[in-house]
Amino acid sequence: MKQHLLHYVLQLADNALILGHRISEWCGHGPVLEQDIAITNAALDHIGQARNFYQYAAEIYNQLPGPERQHLFVAPLFAAKKNVTEDDLAYLRDAWDFKNVLLVEQQNTDWAFTVARSFLYDSFAVVQYEHMQSCKDETIAAIAQKALKEATYHRKWSSEWVIRLGDGTEESKEKIQYALDNLWPYTAELFIPSPADEVMQTEGIGVDLTAVRKEWLAYVSAVLEEATLLMPETGWAQQGGKTGTHSEHLGYILAELQFMQRAYPGMEW
Amino acid sequence: MSKEWPLWEVFIRSKTGLDHKHVGSLHAADAQMAIENARDVYTRRMEGVSIWVVESRYIHASNPDDAEALYDPANDKAYRHPTFYNLPDELKYM
Repeated sequence: MKQHLLHYVLQLADNALILGHRISEWCGHGPVLEQDIAITNAALDHIGQARNFYQYAAEIYNQLPGPERQHLFVAPLFAAKKNVTEDDLAYLRDAWDFKNVLLVEQQNTDWAFTVARSFLYDSFAVVQYEHMQSCKDETIAAIAQKALKEATYHRKWSSEWVIRLGDGTEESKEKIQYALDNLWPYTAELFIPSPADEVMQTEGIGVDLTAVRKEWLAYVSAVLEEATLLMPETGWAQQGGKTGTHSEHLGYILAELQFMQRAYPGMEW
Repeated sequence: MSKEWPLWEVFIRSKTGLDHKHVGSLHAADAQMAIENARDVYTRRMEGVSIWVVESRYIHASNPDDAEALYDPANDKAYRHPTFYNLPDELKYM
C-alpha cells in the first residue's frame, strides 16, 4: 500500500514539476513584460507545489523497508542511499521513473498552445485539489489546501486567455482552436486511473476521477462556449505517462532540468 | 490607431494601510487583465491586498506651471487651520 501511496504522490509531484519547468521556459521570452512575469510567477507556484509533494514522497520512500525499496527506481543510488531527499527525486530519476501525465510535457510551441495546455490542466487541478480537501491523508490534504488557492488563480488566468484568443481576431481564434484540437488527445489520461490511483481511491486518499472528469468537462465546455470555440472531438487517447511511458519530450526536459546536479553532484547555490 | 494595449495606472493598498497608493503603470487589453497584471507585477512580495486600476487617459493632473497660482496663496492663511482659534473652556467637546 505504501508503494502505491508513493507512486500516487509522485504523480502529483511530477505533474507540478514538469509543467512548472515547461512554463518557466517562457522566462525572458514572454510576448509582453507583464505576461512574462505572470507566467513565471505561475511556474514558481507549480514548482512550490512540486517541492511539497517531493518532500512527502521522500519521507514515504525512506520509511519503506530495504527490500521494498530495491526496484522502485532504476538508478541504484536510490536503494543504496539512507536518506533520499526531494532533490534526489527531482534531479536523479530517469524519464521512465517519472509519473507525470503526457499533457504537461508537450512543447510550449506558441502562446496559444501554452495557454491551452495550462487551461486544460488548471481546470483539472482546481477540481482535483477541491476533492483532495477531504483526503484521508492529512499531508496531501494540507498541500492541496494551499495549492488550491494558486490553482484557482492559474485557472482564471488561462481561461481568460482562451476567451480572449477565441473571441478575438480571425487569426487568434484559428491558433487557439488548433492548439486545443492538438492537445485534446492528452486530456483523457488525466482521468484514466493508474493502479496507484485505483488503490488510493479505495483507501479514501485518492479522488474519484469519474466525478472529477464530470466537473472538469462542464467547466471546460462553458469556457469554450464563451470563447466561441468548438469542443474538440474525442478520439484516440494518448496515455502512459502515469506508469512511466513518456513522449520523446521528457528526455529533453530532464536533460536540461537535471544537467547541473548530474554534472556537479551535490552542488548548492 | 495604436496597436498598443492601453496604459493603466496601478494603486495598491497595503495590508496595514488605509489608502491606495500609486505604485506604477502597466499595459493591458482590458480591466480584468490590468488587475491580474497588477497582481502579478505589484503584489509579488505581499506589497498589498487591494488593487485599483485606472486607464491612464482618465487621470487628469494639474499643470506644474500653474503651481504658483494654485498653491502659494494658501501658504499665508493661517486662519484656515482649526488650531488657529482659541476655544473658550466652556466648549469642552469641539
